[in-house]
Amino acid sequence: MTTAAPVKTQYEAVIGLETHVQLKTATKIFCNCSTEFDTPPNQNVCPICTGMPGVLPVLNRTVLEYAVKAGLALQCQIAAYSKFDRKQYFYPDLPKNYQISQYDLPIAEHGWLEIEIPDSDGKPMRKRIGITRLHMEEDAGKLVHAGSDRLSGSTYSLVDFNRTGVPLAEIVSEPDMRSGREAAEYAQELRRILRYLGVSDGNMQEGSLRCDVNISVRPVGQSEFGTKVEIKNMNSFNAIQRAIEYEIERQTEALESGDRIIQETRLWEEGAQRTISMRVKEGSSDYRYFPEPDLGPIEVTAEQLKQWQSELPELPAQKRRHYEDELGLSAYDARVITDDRAIAEYFEATLAAKANPKLAANWIMGDISAYLNENRVSITEIALQPTALAELVQLIEANTISNKIAKDILPELLTKGGSAKELVEKKGLIQISDTSVIEAAIDAVMAAHPDELQKYRGGKTKLLGFFVGQVMKQTSGRADPKLTNQLLAQKLNG
Amino acid sequence: MIDREQVHKVAHLARLNLTPEEEEQFTTQLGNILGYFEQLNELDTSQVEPTTRAIDVSNVTRADITKPYENREAILESAPNREGEFFRVPQIFSEE
Repeated sequence: MTTAAPVKTQYEAVIGLETHVQLKTATKIFCNCSTEFDTPPNQNVCPICTGMPGVLPVLNRTVLEYAVKAGLALQCQIAAYSKFDRKQYFYPDLPKNYQISQYDLPIAEHGWLEIEIPDSDGKPMRKRIGITRLHMEEDAGKLVHAGSDRLSGSTYSLVDFNRTGVPLAEIVSEPDMRSGREAAEYAQELRRILRYLGVSDGNMQEGSLRCDVNISVRPVGQSEFGTKVEIKNMNSFNAIQRAIEYEIERQTEALESGDRIIQETRLWEEGAQRTISMRVKEGSSDYRYFPEPDLGPIEVTAEQLKQWQSELPELPAQKRRHYEDELGLSAYDARVITDDRAIAEYFEATLAAKANPKLAANWIMGDISAYLNENRVSITEIALQPTALAELVQLIEANTISNKIAKDILPELLTKGGSAKELVEKKGLIQISDTSVIEAAIDAVMAAHPDELQKYRGGKTKLLGFFVGQVMKQTSGRADPKLTNQLLAQKLNG
Repeated sequence: MIDREQVHKVAHLARLNLTPEEEEQFTTQLGNILGYFEQLNELDTSQVEPTTRAIDVSNVTRADITKPYENREAILESAPNREGEFFRVPQIFSEE
């Protein structure tokens, strides 16, 4: 019998995310004011969004459509009967002293999304993260604290109501995540889905996607949750992951040394890479929700639901599976290509023009993406059409041109467009696969470089590359590289 | 019905500073009002669906078309205090 050494308690984190996304409409949720970003202060205001007495808010039907579509894409049940409620709180960013939100009858509930994390072998690990609910609400205004860049120390504040009434969807996840990586992946997948739907641009820097994290730590095997801490103020996916990793470590250390975790809200400090307490007393919020009397209930009809369902595009998770299982792309390639809907659609259009999937993917992820990044353009803005990319890939596959020639002509195709085949013909770039022509070029090169030839034959076989280069120069890069290598080896050794 | 502590709490939530005399006065007055409404509880509503509105109309929506409000200046002017294009509000105390 062996005696077990005392096992160190293992801890696990329990993580849920609350995400606010701005819905990409032209007007605010309850009035005709523009949602335009970066306009002068209080440019987009009216009696409704500033809460003047006697006004009547009316729901923007595109907000409803976008919220329902997001709910459907997140596999939610869409409420047959939904309503708005008033959430009361008093803060100067809120002109009415209440926010119109949804409390007990949100538009969508009980959904999920699937995240995919490649393991060390590159194999995808898939996990479903539950979506508790999705509801519609209005955003608040923006405060500028005068006399100080912080609230404390300022003597008064200035209010800009441009954002007030901008439509938001609040999406609450189940506490299904266990690491910073999973949470960051969840947030990215959520944004990917919303962008595929075209309902939000999900720009974290501009605040159109904001994530709050709820996190607690408990010993592995324990079913009750530990004390929950909320983290705010992360403005990138990377920051979400690091804030969580920091917090797991902090909470685990506290528990190990016998301390108690305090239920509180903490702020992520990007500069210092740590979370700090906001020292806000919890449990004191009392929003006194009640049904919004100015807005009628929403009853989405089965017919309307069917219509919106039919308008949903193929979603990123579906595309990934499709690319991996049917097209034979690696999990990594499938992730890269499906990250952006426009790129995925470009890829699919290239395949529709009969391109080899793996080759097409490589061109899109390599030279084409590099061009897009360098010139800060979208794939829909380049002159190179998917059909021309398919031609290019076919020319390489058929050995009509080398990969090198393809790379050389790509810039012209990217900027001027046109047919790859015609360009190759026009420029006389068709690959030379005629043995006698390549042999003649080799002979000429050998005759022109007797010293190198002697050195090669004396054992300096590294010079093969030099000869290949010379033959390519001689043929303007058109000699079939594989054939050239073969023939050169024969001739040089002969 | 309602006690002074609840009145104190609601006043706090509404950011109202009440004197002890006012708290006493409002406790009595609010108690009377709530007591009057309490009569409604005499009816058996266990078989009635909750009603949030008097008018039976749903799905009132509008098209997503921008229409700028023309009298922005009037809104800014109607505030107790402004600074240029901003509304100006007194010093905000973080929640105690």
